[in-house]
Amino acid sequence: MTKKMQPLDPNKKLDIEAILENLEDYRPPRKGWTWRVVPEEGVDMGPFHYRDMAEPLKRSIGLPASKYFDNIDPQPKPVVTTEIASGRFEDDIRRMRMGAWHGADHLMVIRHTGQSHIDGLMEGTPEGVGGVPITRKQIRASRKAIDLIEEEVGRPINFHSYVSGVAGPEVAVLFAEEGINGAHQDPQYNVLYRNINMYRSFVDAAEAKKVMSSAGIFQIDGAHNANATAKAGWLVMPELLVQHGINCAYSVRSGMPKDLIGLSTVPPNSPPAPKFWYDLPYAVALREIFSDFKMRAQQNTRYIESSIEEAIRTHTIDTIISMLTSADIQSTITPDEGRNVPWHYNNIRGVQTVKQTWAAMDGLNEMIQIKRDGPLGDMVRDIKERAVAFLEEILEVGGYFAAVEKGFFVDSAQYPERSGDGIARQGDGGVAAGSIIERDPDYLAPVCAHFGDNHLPEGITHACDAIGGCTLCNPDLITYIDEFDPEDNVHKRLEKTWDYRKGNLIRPEVEWAGDGTVLVEMMIPENEDYAREAGLEIARRMGLEDPQVINLMVLHPAEGCFLEVKGQVTFDIDRRDLKIPEKVVLLSEEEIRAAVKKTNLTVVAGTVGEDEHSVGLREILDIKHGGIETYGVKYHYLGTSVPIEKMVDAAIETGSQAILISTIISHGDVHRINMRKLDELCREKGIRDKVVLIAGGTQVNADMAAETGMDATFGRGCKGINVVDAIVKVLKERGVV
Amino acid sequence: MTDERIKQFEVRHERLKTLSDDELKAHFWDLCYQVVDPIIDLARTHTSPSIERSILLRMGINSAKSHGIVDAIHQAGLLGKGAGHVLLKLSQKLDIDVKAAGDAILENKEVLNGLFEEA
Repeated sequence: MTKKMQPLDPNKKLDIEAILENLEDYRPPRKGWTWRVVPEEGVDMGPFHYRDMAEPLKRSIGLPASKYFDNIDPQPKPVVTTEIASGRFEDDIRRMRMGAWHGADHLMVIRHTGQSHIDGLMEGTPEGVGGVPITRKQIRASRKAIDLIEEEVGRPINFHSYVSGVAGPEVAVLFAEEGINGAHQDPQYNVLYRNINMYRSFVDAAEAKKVMSSAGIFQIDGAHNANATAKAGWLVMPELLVQHGINCAYSVRSGMPKDLIGLSTVPPNSPPAPKFWYDLPYAVALREIFSDFKMRAQQNTRYIESSIEEAIRTHTIDTIISMLTSADIQSTITPDEGRNVPWHYNNIRGVQTVKQTWAAMDGLNEMIQIKRDGPLGDMVRDIKERAVAFLEEILEVGGYFAAVEKGFFVDSAQYPERSGDGIARQGDGGVAAGSIIERDPDYLAPVCAHFGDNHLPEGITHACDAIGGCTLCNPDLITYIDEFDPEDNVHKRLEKTWDYRKGNLIRPEVEWAGDGTVLVEMMIPENEDYAREAGLEIARRMGLEDPQVINLMVLHPAEGCFLEVKGQVTFDIDRRDLKIPEKVVLLSEEEIRAAVKKTNLTVVAGTVGEDEHSVGLREILDIKHGGIETYGVKYHYLGTSVPIEKMVDAAIETGSQAILISTIISHGDVHRINMRKLDELCREKGIRDKVVLIAGGTQVNADMAAETGMDATFGRGCKGINVVDAIVKVLKERGVV
Repeated sequence: MTDERIKQFEVRHERLKTLSDDELKAHFWDLCYQVVDPIIDLARTHTSPSIERSILLRMGINSAKSHGIVDAIHQAGLLGKGAGHVLLKLSQKLDIDVKAAGDAILENKEVLNGLFEEA
């Protein structure tokens, strides 16, 4: 039995080393895919009733504006995907935790580049390129971390990777054994994009799909790649229907239940094109033809370049299409995918795009409807007819394999037009050509979830009874391999980053612990050529290593450019050298209100010195801004440029218990001088122990009280509650309340 | 050729236009299954090294060993019997468990000689 790990403490980092312990004994607590729980009657949160939301999380971080709405964090009804794969799973699992806290419950791990051509399983934990080498140890460690994370956020999380390549059946068995919840599986993808022999790819796929079904693994196809590859993504829509259809039909014939079969579908167009004119009819056509299957709505990647904002806007529109039609899974694309391997915080931005759009449009379909008659209906029909004609032509030329040989697929023209740039593969070509073998009449496979002809011994109905059980029925039969490579493994990598994860050193990161990458934004008032070089030189002088311009937007050909420059910092910050300002624990609102009432708390307030600013102080005072008035405090506002003497006299005249001065413009330490003067004057007049002295302003900070003789000082971000809290605390100390 | 294809499409298109939405959908799926059924037959009657290794995995044999075992069985011309079948048969012949039968093949692939010859 696996020793259960302690639940995660939200205030502590994941203990990666502890997760890696006893992996040989780890067993996934559940298998199969999990959908969100969506109450039919809707969800009530804060002051709102939602119609398109799932049950909320136990712990999460809402959209930035949620603080204005009781911190609610409504969760869209589809499962929300984020794709994470930096090449080091030990860093990815920390990002998974961040993603889960923002609402991702489908964590997709991209495989190491080239893994699809490895004829067999990889083992151990080598570092990957462009993704993670998928191995049993990596899966176990990740799944074990996810078990803890889902408990922390209070919702099941689906872990996902790829059953593709020449080792598909083996990968499928590994995934079924280890409780992977979702996977891409599409033999067409292998053929077209990975140049794996077509016969091998399809023969293997039937076995892989059967194995996946046995473990309830949700399947996503690979058709969206045609959209991402074609020169004009919106022209290949009829073909996309054909590719989806072939994988769905093949999956059904392999024994996969329809509710485990998902279409990976992308709205193919992007502004400045009239996106909806193409994407909406396509989305409708797809959902009508594939009504028995699930929709995994992906966001557009084809036209995403280096601008984060452009990507986010396109993805917002993609999400609107999902809402207007349907999505069982709403995938997110990190908005930086067009410029680098996704960074930690861009996964979060992607998830936020979906959450924000979904919340904004909640209930929309109860108010508006897609106009089915008119141009949309005509276009829907046109796409379907072209797709059907495509299928008829496939059969006419001799079937699927013949059609692939003739370059039917991924041609950039709209069917039946052809550009002649389709991907053609030959039946006797590709990786692992000639590797399928005909089964003998007495062929036997004594294991469960096997596809095709199988001559079990007489009297055996449950296949693995012939050998006393298989790993799918009894996980104790699995043989665990730990590491093969004494150098290229997670333990060696973790030694190098220990100081950043568990020690006292701090370095910024975007992918890996201690990578040091930072991004600098700047506007350079020069043309593109000079702006670029100037940006790089500025980054160098700021001490950044290996600076690169990753985004440049021309604001005007001559007037200037916006630049984003990344680079690495080469120094560490030691936690022990940092001084963290003490956090003030506020009194309860009830206690504050009671004290204000008891003392009939009255204050005088004004901006002192030669200062005409009043906005900040008014916000501290007025009920409208949640100022001290909100808590029952009465105030006498004396205006701007008030002499200190007048402040003190007014306090005496009105019998006020506190004096609030504000100072914003502060040349030559005038603010400090004024504060000291206020303290001295009150002492001279003999009222220092009767009044509470408070000063605030943009140049003021909380540490200035002692040196200036104030009872409390406040800088930026101060609210009325902080001021009343400070006054009441002093009054309590003096025994007044 | 291209012109001919476009002409053919136009002929098809005229016919498809007469179908109702439901008929068109049913036709779509009928065609999809017509496309995949021969491939499914191919899969039903064929196997591959990866399928056979995946069967050994399910029998508790790790990825490091399954490669060598399947290669040896392939070389002996017995992969069409099924690698699991070969191991089962060998385990019965030698009176050992299936994992040990796999080890026996890795040690000396001669053990496969004549395995399926006597009835």
